[in-house]
Amino acid sequence: MTKSLQVDNEGRLRHLLTTEGLPAPMILRILDTADQFVSVNEREVKKVPLLRGKSIFNVFFEGSTRTRTTFEIAAKRLSADVINLNVAVSSTSKGETLLDTVFNLQAMDADMFVVRHSQSGAAHLIARHVKPGVAVINAGDGRHAHPTQGLLDMYTIRHYKKDFSALTVAIVGDVMHSRVARSQIHALKTLGVPDLRVVGPKTLIPAEAARLGVRVCHDMAEGLRDCDVVVMLRLQNERMNGALLPSASEFFKCYGLTAEKLSTAKPDAIVMHPGPMNRGVEIDSSVADGRQSVILPQVTFGIAVRMAVMSMLGSPS
Amino acid sequence: MKAARERRGQRFAIEGARIVDPASRRDSPGSIYIADGKIAALDRAPDGFVADETIDAKGLVACPGLVDLSARLREPGFEYKATLETEVRAALAGGVTTLACPPDTDPPLDEPGLVEMLRRRAASLEGARVHPLGALTVGLQGKKLAEMRLLAEAGCVGFFQGQAPTAETATLLQAMRYASTFGYTVWLRPQHAGLAAGGVAHEGEVATRLGLAPIPVIAETIAVRAILELMEATGARVHLARLSSGRAVDLVADAKKRGAALTCDVGVHHLHLSDRDIGDFDSNANLAPPLRDPADRDRLRRALADGIIDAVCSDHTPVDEDAKQVPFAEAEPGATALELLLPLVLKWGNEMHLALAEALAPVTSRAAAAIGIEAGRIAPGAAADLCLFDPGKPWIVLPSALASQGKNTPFLGFEMTGRVARTVVGGRSVYVD
Repeated sequence: MTKSLQVDNEGRLRHLLTTEGLPAPMILRILDTADQFVSVNEREVKKVPLLRGKSIFNVFFEGSTRTRTTFEIAAKRLSADVINLNVAVSSTSKGETLLDTVFNLQAMDADMFVVRHSQSGAAHLIARHVKPGVAVINAGDGRHAHPTQGLLDMYTIRHYKKDFSALTVAIVGDVMHSRVARSQIHALKTLGVPDLRVVGPKTLIPAEAARLGVRVCHDMAEGLRDCDVVVMLRLQNERMNGALLPSASEFFKCYGLTAEKLSTAKPDAIVMHPGPMNRGVEIDSSVADGRQSVILPQVTFGIAVRMAVMSMLGSPS
Repeated sequence: MKAARERRGQRFAIEGARIVDPASRRDSPGSIYIADGKIAALDRAPDGFVADETIDAKGLVACPGLVDLSARLREPGFEYKATLETEVRAALAGGVTTLACPPDTDPPLDEPGLVEMLRRRAASLEGARVHPLGALTVGLQGKKLAEMRLLAEAGCVGFFQGQAPTAETATLLQAMRYASTFGYTVWLRPQHAGLAAGGVAHEGEVATRLGLAPIPVIAETIAVRAILELMEATGARVHLARLSSGRAVDLVADAKKRGAALTCDVGVHHLHLSDRDIGDFDSNANLAPPLRDPADRDRLRRALADGIIDAVCSDHTPVDEDAKQVPFAEAEPGATALELLLPLVLKWGNEMHLALAEALAPVTSRAAAAIGIEAGRIAPGAAADLCLFDPGKPWIVLPSALASQGKNTPFLGFEMTGRVARTVVGGRSVYVD
């Protein structure tokens, strides 16, 4: 079902809702397309006319300046018209339903929606109700998915490691509440990563995580041993002092990435983080700013990957 | 549909039907003779019986009118979702002649006056027999005991918290003590409120994959264990509503073996569906309790066949479109089901290789026993409440095929086998297909 909603019968990308069920050739095509945009972004004039005349609505039902900005930049570099809506503080507080908001914007001739919402499945709901020809990009729905983040992470990994088929990857921290982790896991499995681990305390690893095809580790040294890629997840403030974790400092002690803990991974392992980072909670500054960190390149590649997705959705040829 | 309305006192005969009566384990062709709203005789007409009308029921099964332990009629308070008129019609179209309705209306059924009004309204519609379940606590708030004695006198057959959280343990203890003073049955949907807080889907692979907040099985089993302890302490009789997990079935089986005054039911969706059926966030599969693992579903199916689970009910909950066309977690749980109850029970019976009389027992005689009322059997002297259905007739679940105002069902578009041809309540044909 996922496949039919986001990939049409001719195998073209119709919406981007989740990395789950996205075929490997499709993921690779997105990464290859992003390659071309990386070079565009290095030029003096960083603009191509692929989406000229198209209207892209960034509809954020949940605040996020950063992600919205990266989508905005990507759309503008494709020459699209971008309209930003922070719905968290407008329509819904007036009692308008999610679909009514979307139908209203659709009546303003939107070609594409970039949607973030606090509820898992919100982007699916919208994709099921938009007119044919209108595309939906999920920019994060609840704990479910954040596919462009997952894809930019794949781009980053491919950039540094070339091949997925012999990699050992560890995803560390709050997997339970992380849509980023879910999007990474599905993409990494599809791309054939043979050794994929999630690392964290039992309160932050979801039930049945193993059924997603990952190995569950509760010990950092074991989890990071011989890794090629270490992905640190952001720990939300509200999780730090409560029923799930006693304190941020205890979390850092057990699962925060320090140079010492990283030393059990391969010497050329790369360190990733979807941002924004909590230095001293999930990652030590010496690692975040160290030679193995690719956290800033992730941001750069993120623009190119979002351009790739938008161009594929906006000009289906 | 035309509802033939005969005068009370009319005599009629149903001939040539395959009569299936779970209570007497009958499954054989025969005739039913009806007079004064009651079954006068079976197979051979009483002396001097002259039928005003004879119904040829060849090819049809005649079984007791179904007894549904949970159908939300949505009155009072939720008339925009459904009304008594539409839902009573849905009940009759589904062959349901007796139903219990939970107290989670708005306001809840915590006042005798409300119960009387509901019963009067239902009676005036001349349809299914409606047995309200009264609120266990005032406003279903779980704090103050409702006026159980007065509510019982107004017609309540038990006391329930409905979808509201079960009262906190100390209150529940007193509620069960008080109810047992008068011999009332306390109905409880076992779910520990704290463990289920915020959850919308079974804690398992699907919730993990879709990022839906989980409701663990222990939310149910811890509640069942607490209730069993309270039963021992108070002597209260309890009906556990809507079991969802195999572990809970094990606890119930143990308790029954030890002789606990315990009955229980399962919702019909949970016999056929699992969390896998949530698919891509299908909010029609947002049910309470949540659909669980396929292994849980299989255990429920077996336990219903074995009689560990006494009854299966529709748990009919018509929800308006607006309350379902939202992200999964925000959707109102529940499904329209009165008209799906019979075909889904037949499907379960077929798949479990049960004789028809065995398959129908949990929606007729065993369900009536769980409420503690006289209903659900075909016998001389019993009320002439009957369901005549064509067991082989296929139909598609489309909004237009449903009399209920609620069109929300995870079975939308599915083909069902078995369709009601005629429903008889108190000797009157109140629904004819």
